[in-house]
Amino acid sequence: MKKALFYIILVFGALMFIYPFAWMLTATLAPEKEIGNLVLIPSSVSLNSYTQMFAKIPITRALLNSLFVSSVITLGVLVFGSMVGYALSRLEFKGRNLIFFIIIFTMTLPFQITLIPQYIIMVKFGWVDTYLALIVPYLMNALSIIMFRQYFKSLPQDLIDAARIDGCNELTIIFRILWPNSIPALITVGIITFMASWNEVLWPLIVIRNEDLMTMPQLVTLFVVGGRAESQLGVRLASATVLALPIIVAYLFFQKYFIQSMASTGIKE
Amino acid sequence: MEINNVKKKITPYLLVSPYLVHFLVFIAFPVVFSILLTFHKWNIISPMEYSGLNNYIRLFQDKLFLRSLLNTLIFLVIHIPLQIIVALFLAEVLNQKVKLRGFFRAAFFLPVIVSGVVVTILWEQLFGYDTGLLNRILIFIGLGKVGWLVDPKIAMSSIALMATWKNVGLYIVLFLVGLQTVPQHYYEAADLEGATHWQKFRHITFPMINPTIFMVVVLSTIGGFSLFIEPYILTGGGPLNSTLSAVLYIYKQGFSYYHMGYSATLGLFFALLIVAVVIIQKRFIEKER
Repeated sequence: MKKALFYIILVFGALMFIYPFAWMLTATLAPEKEIGNLVLIPSSVSLNSYTQMFAKIPITRALLNSLFVSSVITLGVLVFGSMVGYALSRLEFKGRNLIFFIIIFTMTLPFQITLIPQYIIMVKFGWVDTYLALIVPYLMNALSIIMFRQYFKSLPQDLIDAARIDGCNELTIIFRILWPNSIPALITVGIITFMASWNEVLWPLIVIRNEDLMTMPQLVTLFVVGGRAESQLGVRLASATVLALPIIVAYLFFQKYFIQSMASTGIKE
Repeated sequence: MEINNVKKKITPYLLVSPYLVHFLVFIAFPVVFSILLTFHKWNIISPMEYSGLNNYIRLFQDKLFLRSLLNTLIFLVIHIPLQIIVALFLAEVLNQKVKLRGFFRAAFFLPVIVSGVVVTILWEQLFGYDTGLLNRILIFIGLGKVGWLVDPKIAMSSIALMATWKNVGLYIVLFLVGLQTVPQHYYEAADLEGATHWQKFRHITFPMINPTIFMVVVLSTIGGFSLFIEPYILTGGGPLNSTLSAVLYIYKQGFSYYHMGYSATLGLFFALLIVAVVIIQKRFIEKER
């Protein structure tokens, strides 16, 4: 009896989180006048909303921009994060504690304080309306350094000693010896970084005005806010669906990793 | 040998140098520059103009600034308790011996991974006054329409509701982890003593999940002060500035009016406020423990 109640609650909960997405998807496929119906099955399927949306905004270009920007950022964060994390966890040098302290400090620093000056730096560098503005400020991040530091600490010292005897230099040690032994850390940092940059929208809105350089969230936001979508619900929702799709598909395949990664960063904070 | 030694000494610095450069350019300099900016009037194009304490004086007389603070407060007062209650409740149910736990967990987590832009565009439709899904349901079960986004009294609460829907999955997972760390024999011992459900929760469960609660409170507070895309898309800060958030106001001052000095002052002030609020919360919750 009690069990049944639990399942009712869980099914109701799951519906609360899934139903709106399902509704969104069917709304984009339904004829315009049927949108807003509570029922999920439209009388006929039409791709009209999508064709109109593709005709109005360069969404494919934005998709490629997003993929490019997020991939470069993720790669950078993995490379630089593990270099710094390695130095902090495995090498002795003067100022190590100071640097560690600085990293912790930057993690607690709210972004509101750096937002305006960072924009001004972009203006002075002449980076406004370039990929550099989207990528370079994000190539490094404190959380990833901390996570690599933590993970490398847990690896056996023998691994590093053996590589040194073989004559490996430090970079070889990091990328050839430690990386293959740090897959969980790489996955966690990779997923969090990729997702965060994929979903970032405030910074692009500030530094990019050229439509050809816009990432997907920015383009979709301006499309919806700027009136070009007019009041056509189907077209608005179609742009949101296209924006959601890549992450949802990735989530369907790597669902466990997504949840573990995000939960582990939460726990460590 | 000598060269090797030098190399060994320099290597760590070479490895951390990218970080140091990044820190100096994108964090240290901006922080210093932002403090400098607060004493100036500047629209980026013409030269900077020293303006003394004008920006600070203006800040405390600025009704919109106070309004954005009040809006953030309204958001937090609704968002934080709602998240804790919903997350704890669903985590507790998930922690029972149920099948398909993985499926339900993944379903609750879905909005967490999706862009805030998607969630906002979707909820814009749900919140619609005449054709929105929520009002249709309300009418269907015989209640009246609610002006989710058009009524200044409840627009911010609507955004808090939406944010809860988006974020709560993460906290369900975190609470679930917390609940599973409670040793089962604690409850068995309590059962022998004849403890009530509430007593077991208050004295066994609650202390164990206290760190998670602290995290929900802190992350939600930071989230509240960082709210941007939701009001930007849904309301543009309206109606009657009732959803003007801290970051949206910084954005408007900076990039609609090009008041760089004043915008930086707002940013600095909100940043200090966030840090202060989080420190107070930490004190308060640690005392509870």
